Amino acid sequence: MQNSNYLYNSNILEVKNLNVWYRAFQALKEISLSIPRHHVIACIGPSGCGKSTFLRCFNRMNDLIPGTRISGQVLLDGQDIYNSGVDPTEIRTHIGMVFQKPNPFPKSIFDNVAFGLRINGFKGNIKEAVESSLRRAALWDEVKDRLNKSALTLSGGQQQRLCIARAIAIQPAVILMDEPCSALDPVATLKIEDLIAILKEEYTIVIVTHNIQQAARVSDYTAFFTMADDRSGILVEFGKTNEIFSNPKDKRTEDYITGRFG
Amino acid sequence: MEQDLTKSKSKIIWLGDRAKSTWGKRQNIEGRAAQIFLLICALLSIATTVGIVVSLVSQSVGFFKEVSIWEFLTGTRWTPILIPRSYGVLPLVVGTLLVTIISVIVAVPIGMGIAIFLSTYAPEQLRRIIKPVLEILAGIPTVVYGYFAITLVSPMLQKVFTNMLIFNALSAGLVMGLMIIPMVSSLSEDAMMAVPQSLKEGAFALGATRFEVALKVTIPSALSGIITSIILALSRAIGETMIVTIAAGATPKMTFNPIDSIQTMTAFIVQLSLGETPHGSLEYNTIFAVGLLLFLMTLIMNLLSQWVVSRWHRRY
Ligand SMILES: Nc1ncnc2c1ncn2[C@@H]1O[C@H](COP(=O)(O)OP(=O)(O)OP(=O)(O)O)[C@@H](O)[C@H]1O
Ligand SMILES: [Mg+2]
Repeated sequence: MQNSNYLYNSNILEVKNLNVWYRAFQALKEISLSIPRHHVIACIGPSGCGKSTFLRCFNRMNDLIPGTRISGQVLLDGQDIYNSGVDPTEIRTHIGMVFQKPNPFPKSIFDNVAFGLRINGFKGNIKEAVESSLRRAALWDEVKDRLNKSALTLSGGQQQRLCIARAIAIQPAVILMDEPCSALDPVATLKIEDLIAILKEEYTIVIVTHNIQQAARVSDYTAFFTMADDRSGILVEFGKTNEIFSNPKDKRTEDYITGRFG
Repeated sequence: MEQDLTKSKSKIIWLGDRAKSTWGKRQNIEGRAAQIFLLICALLSIATTVGIVVSLVSQSVGFFKEVSIWEFLTGTRWTPILIPRSYGVLPLVVGTLLVTIISVIVAVPIGMGIAIFLSTYAPEQLRRIIKPVLEILAGIPTVVYGYFAITLVSPMLQKVFTNMLIFNALSAGLVMGLMIIPMVSSLSEDAMMAVPQSLKEGAFALGATRFEVALKVTIPSALSGIITSIILALSRAIGETMIVTIAAGATPKMTFNPIDSIQTMTAFIVQLSLGETPHGSLEYNTIFAVGLLLFLMTLIMNLLSQWVVSRWHRRY
């Protein structure tokens, strides 16, 4: 009893025996792990092992794909987000997401950040909220003179930071990032990585990355996924990043990490 | 090294020769033939358009020699075959606009509603049923719509508007709206489906409902396509002939009252060309003057739609 209470306080998200199917195909099999608050969790693994699927379970984005089925539990602060009474749009205001390709709306920079505030009925000062989100996303100085310009005039890296600003504007507790740097050059990538290090003071971040070094640089915990014989995704190992990288318990983890390094 | 280089050089030259000799020439001839054929097609359509415009203008010249353009465009009485004759085209223009506006008021909300439903809510199977059904609606001959208006819609409306005639702008406009719904819905839906999924997901991830995604992301991003579809439907409504000839009446009247009997520009042209007015007479030439005006109106609509599209593309 005591033990579970302790877990409830320290882990913002808990995944219990999660299975996901796309129609008949099982994409994730029996995944269980706990995600501690205010840390960065990296999900790594070969292509197609279900990392994106796993990430999209947290904000119920998989609900939007017809034929998707799920079993098991995903607890946000102890509440199962898949309970029948839960509204997925409500969950998505607590768990934000940044995508692989920057996807700003074809609106002004200001309206992009204000979008989530407006649809969620934000009562405060929108201008201030937009400014503070842009500052926290380390973008304010670059865009403060052109807030009314189309967001599509920004560079790819700036667009991705705008998407981060847009996500944090509605004050989520968790930010999901699916390969947020894969479309960016090394300089823009470093900026995002620096930003992640700052953001984890306030948010819990779950990031999928194909870049092993990036996982080692930015994350506190690492989850290594791979494919079982039937192509469904399984969790091989989850633990502190430095332990996973210096002393992997599973041979498959070691192969994956060293394969990429060597 | 040296030798190798020359060898590979000669190889290239040899290939070049081969290309020139057999393959290349045949391709050239075929390419030429296709080019000429396509050019003829293009010229043919241009020639047709020019021919129509020239005949419209030249025949109207006879009309405008006797009736001033000013009188034609600003007069409020249209009685070209009744005495006293009067050649003010405004009643026909107003009748056309009245029916068009009614039809657009029907078609735009319903068409957009269908487009939103199909692109955002409907499961794939349902889409596959509804889309062909809509296309059938678009394929119904307009004469059927016309009789639908006077045999079903008008009698029903007469229960509400008891002093209304069978032939009136409202029934014609409502039925015409029904007819252009598929134009609005189908083109708008195509534009909305073309909005990248990543944009919609971006909005969902911020807690937007399906309706908010449609209203605030999909529609704004697809706006140029949607506006084009509405303008195309509008010019279709302006040029529509059969429904208004059958159902809107034959009394040119300067009114915006939808339950009045009116006459549109197209219906007038039909009426006059079916009558016994001698060719070449002033009365007969009114057809071309009205036709020219109709042509200019739809031309302006189409230019407008192109301007809207280009402006939008420049902005984003
Ligand atoms: N919408 C879908 N419908 C059917 N199958 C899907 C769908 N999305 C993903 N899959 C399948 O589920 C498996 C996991 O996909 P997922 O995108 O989660 O992998 P991933 O680890 O993110 O891969 P990558 O590293 O290439 O992004 C794959 O076999 C994929 O083909
Ligand atoms: Mg992925």
